Amino acid sequence: MTADQIIFLLCAALILGSALMVVTTRKLIHAALWLVAALFGVAILYAVLQAGFLAVVQVVVYIGAIAILFIFAVMLTRREMLDKGAQTRSNWWLPALLGLLILTGLVFLIIGQPAFGRTAAEMPAGVDTLRNLGTALVSPDAFVLPFEVASVLLLAALVGAVYVASGNKE
Amino acid sequence: MIFLNDPINFIAGWMRGLLTGWGLSDAMTTVIIYFIGITVLIVFAMVLDILLVWVERKVVARFQDRIGPNRIGPFGLIQPFADIIKLIIKEDITPAGADKLLYNLGPVLAIASVIILWAILPLSEKIFDVDLNVAVLYLVAAGALGTLSIIVGGWASNNKYALLGAFRMVANMISYEIPMVVVLLIPTILADSMSVQKITQAQSGMWFAILSPLALIIFLISAIAELGRSPFDLNEAESEIVAGFHIEYSGMKFGLFYAGELLHAFTFGGFMAVLFFGGYGGFFGLEKIGFFSWLNNPFVQAVVFLAKAMFGYWVIMWIKYSMPRIRIDHMLAFNWKFLTPLALVVLVNTAVLSKVLAGLPNWGYVLGMFFSNIVIGFITVEILRAYGRNQRKAEAKLSPQSAQNQEQAV
Repeated sequence: MTADQIIFLLCAALILGSALMVVTTRKLIHAALWLVAALFGVAILYAVLQAGFLAVVQVVVYIGAIAILFIFAVMLTRREMLDKGAQTRSNWWLPALLGLLILTGLVFLIIGQPAFGRTAAEMPAGVDTLRNLGTALVSPDAFVLPFEVASVLLLAALVGAVYVASGNKE
Repeated sequence: MIFLNDPINFIAGWMRGLLTGWGLSDAMTTVIIYFIGITVLIVFAMVLDILLVWVERKVVARFQDRIGPNRIGPFGLIQPFADIIKLIIKEDITPAGADKLLYNLGPVLAIASVIILWAILPLSEKIFDVDLNVAVLYLVAAGALGTLSIIVGGWASNNKYALLGAFRMVANMISYEIPMVVVLLIPTILADSMSVQKITQAQSGMWFAILSPLALIIFLISAIAELGRSPFDLNEAESEIVAGFHIEYSGMKFGLFYAGELLHAFTFGGFMAVLFFGGYGGFFGLEKIGFFSWLNNPFVQAVVFLAKAMFGYWVIMWIKYSMPRIRIDHMLAFNWKFLTPLALVVLVNTAVLSKVLAGLPNWGYVLGMFFSNIVIGFITVEILRAYGRNQRKAEAKLSPQSAQNQEQAV
């Protein structure tokens, strides 16, 4: 086993374990923090795959902004912190079966790929992935259109948020 | 001589030879050497932290016209060790109703969020941990963990004041992260890279502090806000919420929050040095002259870097001990209505000018950049002055005193 594989297995265990804890723990704030752990595991995976930019953005956006907003919202609902009801419904086996089927399908699909089982090629020296990504996002024969559409969408959301938040609704 | 020119690789090579000589595999040796390297770096940062306690106490004493620690050891140098012993033998109290695990996790995250920053801090051209190509964003990502530590600690303490402090910190951090991210793009544009090594090397001729003084000021303000130091220390405002998020912590757990804050301030001094003052280099081309070639020595560079970082730390202390605390609505208004728009204007200005002035000789480029910043700064100050005057006029009209004065004049 190579070092990459060991790190991947540890990471996968971290992600799956924390994801399981998110849905099984009874304390809401613990669930939010387990979610942070799961997201952090994904960031490590990106780093192992030599996608440093994605790893850092994952931490900035998902942990720095989204998870912290989750925790903030959870902290404001102090009375509802401990959920005492049943954690499963009577028909839990149906989604479990569905999930298992999808997982089996995906595993067969991946095993069928020609790249399955090969080790990743070493990144050639001197390739600046960050620069390539930036150029791809703004070059007309690559992803400039989706990029701009997403920007306009976010701007609209921003304007909407400001309008909703501003008090003068007659 | 090899040790003096490239100490880290020299030691690593020597250890690699030693360990493989003992019959360890190549991969195992790499893991062990990396592990030792990380440990040495963390120990260096923590030992520096002990010194910082003394520096902080001595400097604050000078600002407040006192002498500061002077009883134990020469100049009170052994004082921090006495502090540490005191913190360790203090009773460790966990408040009733606290969330034990999270309560203990808070201080650990607080110090960890600072120490991971040292992974990208280049002490010299040859002494650094890793040269990430996204180092500038990594700085922001580590800040997210710092916020998390304060939220976790504040919430788990089961104390209203602690929770209030945590709430304030989130409002503070989420707001000031925006001008920080925008302003971090300016050294990135000027150096054409996000790697701290390349940003440092791009400043060997001219510091970015001169190319974009406004960016430096905005970075300093948002860094202080991110540190939660005065005037942005709303999260631990003594006069309102006693000690804020760390009110329930005692002994070494409080010590970790305190040490984390000091080291964080010093680390941001270091980043200010890297991003705006040329880091370990930036001698304006002096190091290329034969007589001054000793400036390229890694140890000299490390000393230069630490001196610049200490200067940044001193500026942060200087502001902390001379400014009153800002009110929370003022803090938010200052960020959203002033700092963020200004940061965006400076960013657009830098992006456009760096392309427009690219054809000019070096002195033209520097002068153009510098004066564009001065013009933006001047316009900003004029707008603020006009706004302030309007506010004062509006208040003067409202007050009954002025109405009386006008009647008498008539």
